[in-house]
Amino acid sequence: MAEARSESPRSATSMELKSDREILISRTFRAPARIVFDAWTRPEFVKRWWAPKSHCADLVDIQADVRVGGSYRYHVRSGGNAFSFYGTYSEVTPHTRLVYTQIFEPFPDSPVQVTVTFEERDGRTHLVSHEVYPSKEALEGALASGMEHGLRETMDQLDELVASML
Amino acid sequence: MIETFAALADPNRFRIVELLRSGPHAVNDIGERLQLNQPQVSKHLRVLKEAGLVDVQPRAQQRLYELRAQPLRQLHEWLERYHQLWDERFEAMDELIQELQQEEKSHGRSKK
Repeated sequence: MAEARSESPRSATSMELKSDREILISRTFRAPARIVFDAWTRPEFVKRWWAPKSHCADLVDIQADVRVGGSYRYHVRSGGNAFSFYGTYSEVTPHTRLVYTQIFEPFPDSPVQVTVTFEERDGRTHLVSHEVYPSKEALEGALASGMEHGLRETMDQLDELVASML
Repeated sequence: MIETFAALADPNRFRIVELLRSGPHAVNDIGERLQLNQPQVSKHLRVLKEAGLVDVQPRAQQRLYELRAQPLRQLHEWLERYHQLWDERFEAMDELIQELQQEEKSHGRSKK
């Protein structure tokens, strides 16, 4: 299979398109799995990393009941808009493996199936997040939203250009 | 855009795209170089054309296939952005994890 990889040399984050509706994201942390697992799941910790500053969104509320059948909800505010990411855990093996759905509130019919594994070796933990989208269009949407910020800048530049031509 | 990736996911189509990086080629030329028969090559070229990855130019008696880089560039750009988002998340997570480890060390490890 041909793989589309995106990995800049200075970054330890690797990303791979597994198929037209699957993305693999991985990273190794210098800490035992139980700490990485806590950082990934506990609301007070998620708040610290899930919405990067450059993403122009604030995490206003996080709830997570991390057990099989339990659900989570991340409430985000961006500009004047509020929206949620939410889902249900179908597998919870502490410090090792999580399986859950991820739904972006405006599109309840497009649940992403996420499997996260934490593999500890020599005090380091290799984290892999495997995202399976319901369709290639849904995956495309997720990639495009990662691009939203840059797109807006481009639009601004275009506006300026058009204005200068009038 | 994902059509770009789907079109490239086939190893033979990927080889065709790689060959076309050196310039336009005719169907029989592609077949000879990659050891594929003509119907196969035509089928792959059709998929690549539908994905916008190749264009056809008639030249004399031949039809030459050439690579269009635009869809590839766009897919790469989208992936880069998503990669960047996760990289920023992981950077912040790394910082948090270092803190948690420090805390654990100063409080002793017996609690967990």
